[in-house]
Amino acid sequence: MSDRGPWWEWDAPRERWLLTERDCNGWPRSLLLEVCARIVFPTVLVLSVYLLFAGHNNSGGGFTGGLVAGLAFVLRYLAGGKVELSAVVRVRPPVVIGTGLSIAVITALVPTLFGLPVLTTDVWQLGPVKLATSLFLDVGVYLLIVGVVVDLLGTLGVSLEEDQ
Amino acid sequence: MLILIAVHFLVAALLPAVAARWGRAAFVLAALPPAAALVTALSWSATVLNGSPPTETLSWAPSIGLDLTLRLDPLSLLMIVLVSGVGALVFVYYAAYTPPEGIGRNSSLLVVFAGSMLGLVTADDVFSLYVFWEFTTVCSFLLVGGAGLTKLARRSATQALLVTGFGGLTMLLGLILLGTAAGSFRISAIVAYPPSGAVVEVAVVLLLVGALTKSAQVPFHPWLPAAMVAPTPVSAYLHAAAMVKAGVYLVARFAPGFAELPAWWIPLVVLGLWTMVLGGVRALREHDLKKLLAFGTVSQLGFLIVLLGVGEHVAAVAGATMVLAHGLFKSALFLAVGVIDKLTGTRDVRELSGLGRRWPVFTGFVVLAAASMAGAPPLLGFVGKEAAFQALQAEPLVLVVLVLGSALTVAYSLRFLVGAFGTRPGVSLVDSEGPGAALAAPVAIPALAGLVLAFAPGIVEPVIAGYASAYPVAEPYGLALWHGFTLPLLLSAVVLGGGWLVYRFATGRAGWLPEAVHAQTGYDRVVMALDSVARGVTGRLQAGSVPVYLGVILMVAVVVPGAGLLAGVAPLPRMQWFDSWMQVPLAIVVLVAAGLAVLARRRLTAVLVTGVIGYGIGALFLVDGGPDLALAQFLVESLTLVVFVFVLRRMPPRFSEDRRPLSEGRWVKAVVACVAGTFVAVLAVLFSANRDGLPEASVEYIQRAQEDAGASNVVNAIIVDFRAFDTVGEIAVLAVAATGAASLILASHRARRKADR
Repeated sequence: MSDRGPWWEWDAPRERWLLTERDCNGWPRSLLLEVCARIVFPTVLVLSVYLLFAGHNNSGGGFTGGLVAGLAFVLRYLAGGKVELSAVVRVRPPVVIGTGLSIAVITALVPTLFGLPVLTTDVWQLGPVKLATSLFLDVGVYLLIVGVVVDLLGTLGVSLEEDQ
Repeated sequence: MLILIAVHFLVAALLPAVAARWGRAAFVLAALPPAAALVTALSWSATVLNGSPPTETLSWAPSIGLDLTLRLDPLSLLMIVLVSGVGALVFVYYAAYTPPEGIGRNSSLLVVFAGSMLGLVTADDVFSLYVFWEFTTVCSFLLVGGAGLTKLARRSATQALLVTGFGGLTMLLGLILLGTAAGSFRISAIVAYPPSGAVVEVAVVLLLVGALTKSAQVPFHPWLPAAMVAPTPVSAYLHAAAMVKAGVYLVARFAPGFAELPAWWIPLVVLGLWTMVLGGVRALREHDLKKLLAFGTVSQLGFLIVLLGVGEHVAAVAGATMVLAHGLFKSALFLAVGVIDKLTGTRDVRELSGLGRRWPVFTGFVVLAAASMAGAPPLLGFVGKEAAFQALQAEPLVLVVLVLGSALTVAYSLRFLVGAFGTRPGVSLVDSEGPGAALAAPVAIPALAGLVLAFAPGIVEPVIAGYASAYPVAEPYGLALWHGFTLPLLLSAVVLGGGWLVYRFATGRAGWLPEAVHAQTGYDRVVMALDSVARGVTGRLQAGSVPVYLGVILMVAVVVPGAGLLAGVAPLPRMQWFDSWMQVPLAIVVLVAAGLAVLARRRLTAVLVTGVIGYGIGALFLVDGGPDLALAQFLVESLTLVVFVFVLRRMPPRFSEDRRPLSEGRWVKAVVACVAGTFVAVLAVLFSANRDGLPEASVEYIQRAQEDAGASNVVNAIIVDFRAFDTVGEIAVLAVAATGAASLILASHRARRKADR
């Protein structure tokens, strides 16, 4: 992360909320939509993480959470095109897909190390927090869905956009 | 035994590294595992011959009864002498023979092959047998194909793989049928208590297809001569001594149990004799020494199959003796061809002249081996052939063909010797250095062994008798050079004399067949037919039209499960129009949107209206009390809409530009759509109306969610716990689909950009 500058400038803004002419790329943009998307983006991501954790006892879950997070990226893309998308996506989507799938499969296999059948769920009591190990599977699903959505945005969206 | 096989595979893994560092020395290391196997097997021979074969079992998957079981009985011992003994010799020879490139690959593959062959001849359960069997097939493919640089090598390797692979799969089917009928997958048990019945007859035929393809019997034989593009030591080992003997071994292994069945002995005797004569005739026509020997191998394998297939005591003695004799003389001859090829640069009999005078000692060894092949006294081949004639005395028809085949063998043996070492008028004498000890010794050792064993058959007789004791002994038969003036001796004389006459008068002219009846033509036609069928089926099914695919899927869904489902439905109980007032406006919205979707002329409108249907259904879920389902439905619907919009950018805005009424093709689409839609709707109504209360599974899920999964959200508990295995499978599918779609889009994108430039 060398482009961020020294560590004490951790709070320096990494992107502008208001556009300048320099950023314009010919995409028919709506300033209002773009600013709103930027403001809403972190909130939507937080909501998606909430859904992921809440899923065990309330509505939500890895699939729903992943879709919400994916929609956050869709929002950014719709507002600002590929410039917006590449501003927020720093990891290649296939890596995210692979990580999610690996987490899910590892979660499935770990119980066999203790002589239990695959995908056995254990409930841990960590102080006041009750944690079911199936949460890790949900995290895998979450990451995979986000990766798939962003991957499709990158290919279906960006490459078709370049064709035009 | 298990450890020895494992050592083979371990050494094979090390060899490429060794070869990269020390070159040819890799083959010396490669010779160690087979040599160790030979010594170990021989050291156990006392136990083996006592009638208590040592057995080893490795439980692989005990819960489904899969074990790796090895058993060392006299037949296995005999085969190990060939497989490992000849293997060690060939490896030593290869070290002196090979050009510097490809050492790592070839030595590694050959050791894998030696290990698989060792496993094959000792395996006592059908599945291990099959696995080792296919290992040898794959090794053969890789060794014949080499680096795949020439078309000939690729074609020959593919043919070997297709033919023997086909045979292997057929054999697996036969083995499973046989094992199921016998109630045991242990070969020793199947042979000891052979099952009977129609299934067994079928199984036996399937089993024989495996044996006949592997041992290159008519009509599968052309792969073996074609495989001669492999390096000569490979041919000597795989295609003379070891791999092609796997079919013979299979016959020998199962014959004690099934030789009585007509389905067993008729194909074996008929095809074996046919192969024996055909191979002999074709060998007379070849000018390439290696091909000549290959057809000779085909012929000899037919002979072995007949002897071991008939299932009779003396024939078994003769068969086992001939297996040993053939392994010895044929490997010696092949290796000799390798020496000639390497030192003179040719193996065409029309270009070789005067080698016999230049290399007298070497020639002497080769003459010993060839004479053993011809069945001339005093060699092991003669001893075996005497036993064969003795065994089949009572069957005049078989005996006559056997004598004919043997005479042909004599003829091509003479042709081989004279062609390789004779002096031809009008051809300049070949001038080259004699072979060194490392090249000559692997030729000399098996050739001399054939001579020694003929005078002292007692060395191997216990092993051979041990195998033959599986049959009732009518009259004891001892292997010997001299049995007195008997019919077999007379026949041997006839064979030698007749063979000389055939050689003298028919060489070069014999063996002509019209192209149409060649087995190779048959193989080519079968492969071509397979290709065109595949092309036809794919071309028809993959028409490249989305409406056709969709129509086929919908109609199949209606017809196949539809008929069954509708037949089993109970009469319609009383139904109510709605459960909650909120459902009425939502239903109206969904229905109106559906109507609009059908009527829309612009694609974007249709997509948006479809989105409305989706949201409406999500709302219905919410009304019915399924917030999770509704949430997922809303999110997926939004995402689908976005993806649709992306794709629609590349499509024309309207479905069709003209305003004509429905054309013929669209009527068909309309009918298909209506039928499928009505079917799904009717089915949904019928099944939801026929349900009373929650299904058992749902009740169970709700009860167990809290205690087993620690979750109060049952839907989530189902996804991540109760049916988590499904979830993992689904996300894997999703990952594959997304990656596939992304790569396809990117690929076409790049292709288009390249075209633009």
